[in-house]
Amino acid sequence: MEMDLLRFTTAGSVDDGKSTLIGRLLYDSKSIFEDQLEAMEESSRKRGDEHLNLALLTDGLRAEREQGITIDVAYRYFATPRRKFIIADTPGHMQYTRNMVTGASTASLAIILIDARKGVIEQTCRHAFIANLLRIQHAVVAVNKMDLVDYQEETYEAIVAEFQDFASRLDNIVEITFIPISALRGDNVVATSDQMPWYGGPTLLHHLETVYVGSEENHVDARFPVQWVIRPQSDTHPDFRGYAGRVAGGVFKPGDEVLVLPSGFATHVSAIETFDGQIEEAFSPLSVTITLDDDIDISRGDMIVKPNNPPRVDQDIEAMICWFSERPLVSRGKYALRHTTKEVRAVVRDIRFKVDINTLHKIEGDPEFGLNEIGRISLRTSAPLFYDRYNRNRTTGSFVLIDEQTNEAVAAGMIV
Amino acid sequence: MRSYKLNHVRQLESEAIFVLRETAAQFDRPALLFSGGKDSIVMAHLARKAFHPARIPFMLLHVDTGHNFPETIEFRDRFVKEIGASLVVAYVQDSIDKGRVVEEQGIHASRNKLQTVTLLDAIETHQFDAALGGGRRDEEKARAKERFFSHRNDFGEWDPKGQRPELWNLFNGRHHHGEHFRVFPLSNWTEMDVWQYIKHEAIDLPSLYFSHRREVVDRHGSLLAVSDVVRVQPDETSEERTVRFRTIGDMTCTGGVDSAATSLDDIIAEVAAARETERGTRSDDKRSESAMEDRKKEGYF
Ligand SMILES: Nc1nc2c(ncn2[C@@H]2O[C@H](COP(=O)(O)OP(=O)(O)O)[C@@H](O)[C@H]2O)c(=O)[nH]1
Repeated sequence: MEMDLLRFTTAGSVDDGKSTLIGRLLYDSKSIFEDQLEAMEESSRKRGDEHLNLALLTDGLRAEREQGITIDVAYRYFATPRRKFIIADTPGHMQYTRNMVTGASTASLAIILIDARKGVIEQTCRHAFIANLLRIQHAVVAVNKMDLVDYQEETYEAIVAEFQDFASRLDNIVEITFIPISALRGDNVVATSDQMPWYGGPTLLHHLETVYVGSEENHVDARFPVQWVIRPQSDTHPDFRGYAGRVAGGVFKPGDEVLVLPSGFATHVSAIETFDGQIEEAFSPLSVTITLDDDIDISRGDMIVKPNNPPRVDQDIEAMICWFSERPLVSRGKYALRHTTKEVRAVVRDIRFKVDINTLHKIEGDPEFGLNEIGRISLRTSAPLFYDRYNRNRTTGSFVLIDEQTNEAVAAGMIV
Repeated sequence: MRSYKLNHVRQLESEAIFVLRETAAQFDRPALLFSGGKDSIVMAHLARKAFHPARIPFMLLHVDTGHNFPETIEFRDRFVKEIGASLVVAYVQDSIDKGRVVEEQGIHASRNKLQTVTLLDAIETHQFDAALGGGRRDEEKARAKERFFSHRNDFGEWDPKGQRPELWNLFNGRHHHGEHFRVFPLSNWTEMDVWQYIKHEAIDLPSLYFSHRREVVDRHGSLLAVSDVVRVQPDETSEERTVRFRTIGDMTCTGGVDSAATSLDDIIAEVAAARETERGTRSDDKRSESAMEDRKKEGYF
């Protein structure tokens, strides 16, 4: 029962072996059931595949099965006695940048797949850039298809050196682990390979099970976005008034002095309530209900913080965004902006620059901002946001822009 | 320094509570789809936790095929009373009587698919703009792509290729009149997580989940409970066996498994050792490789 949870994302170009790798992890960790296996064998036979096609396990939708590609983000689950894992399986092609961004937004670790025959290519750089942008602090570079390069150490080392050279520019990724594997044959995925005696590191699964993922959660800056006000107005609780939400940063305790935004009222936490009784402290990402000493008018979208360490409060926002929509971003365009539990309107004031995500070069002076493009913009919001930089807090530093006509999310934003 | 860490079940609980509260906040008339199965029971339990000490701000909606196990209905009524919720029951039989759907014929006839029409009609009649479901992404591969907040168009249809991106914990429930959302707070739970949580929280379940003696008939590998709706055919024989059910759906398509598991610990041990998915006991999913995807597109749970 006392298991950790590790969320990771996988990115690889078409045919690098991502589906095979995930299939292998699930298969060798005994997370595939017999009925799934039978269905896979049957489909493999129908397609005329030579061996059991492990990739079929992960390609969920019919269109994908027909075309043999991964289009959307799919989530996979497996557990070992040490950890439970959630995989966000995302496609690697340029046209699916937004899917990679989506998968990366909730992950703490990224597996970047490289085909040993091809080495570091543009797509590798793109995947690493996105992981870094979304502040994934741990990366595993899995050099796959080692069987096709005769398990040669030199080939592997050259790829490691090349990747390290590139990665020195990515400042959010604090740890990179390189592992030579063959997803197809299983070398160094779950079991240590006897083909590569020169490699002394862990297998991929062992690494995933043991890597210390220091807290992505911020336990320093107290932030509590109010989600819902609980007022039972019942005979047993005639006067109860609690603020329900999920702690987005820091630690709250009964007696703590707090500040409520935007009103600026100061009061104290009376209690931290849960269904199972009051608790002594609440930290992220716990969902709790906070009651306060004073009756203040507080509603959804307000934020409870600590007076000595408030978030920034501002209507002018600078952010990196990834554009998600077929309809390009319009300068001066107005959108709905969703940030924590708050929704405001926002107007795009300026496109600062775009990034060529294959070379990491800045592109300035290009007024078009289209599907899957990444860059920096400035926004003005209709009401102040209470925020932190994304690099300090993923919850209070992120937002989405929504087209008010179609209700589609058109951009993911990370406040700088 | 103190380490602030939540184990995996606590993280999943906290996430589900967050999603339930977002649903209450973002929709005018959300309903919680309650089947009496373990996933919907866990979801209702989480809803109690999310809004405590207030009542659950959702109506419970049960789509009743008329082919339920009697134990499920008993449990449902007791449960609803205990938590003080209000329950709406939508009957597939009514949809049949009104000519909205046509009953399947033959011994493999199932009302499973018909439920979709009854469900969508109920959503329209009661003007629900969100329906909370206990679906999990680990159940089936089409479900693996579901969002927490899953958009349904005017016709209740799901467009798997045109899904809204969902990032961080920012859920976008904006919709036009007539559209609705399916919301899945248990998206990231596995069957094992659900069982561990049931044990940890000492959640009461229908007796069907625990092993008992029952007269069953083996129909294409499914051990169906003999009843008014599952009659033994001339070329079949029934027998009494010690079974339990891993999922609870219609009597016509939910098969039991041979099991001696009488306690939650037994069940957890059994789930850990299981070599078949729980949906492997559901003949509705075996109809084709994309059976679930096809039903879901039309508006199924
Ligand atoms: N020889 C060899 N082939 C591999 C390996 N991993 C994957 N493949 C093959 O590469 C092809 C593409 O793999 P797939 O997993 O579908 O790639 P994806 O597009 O990244 O999901 C398939 O034919 C696999 O069998 C490997 O380690 N060695």
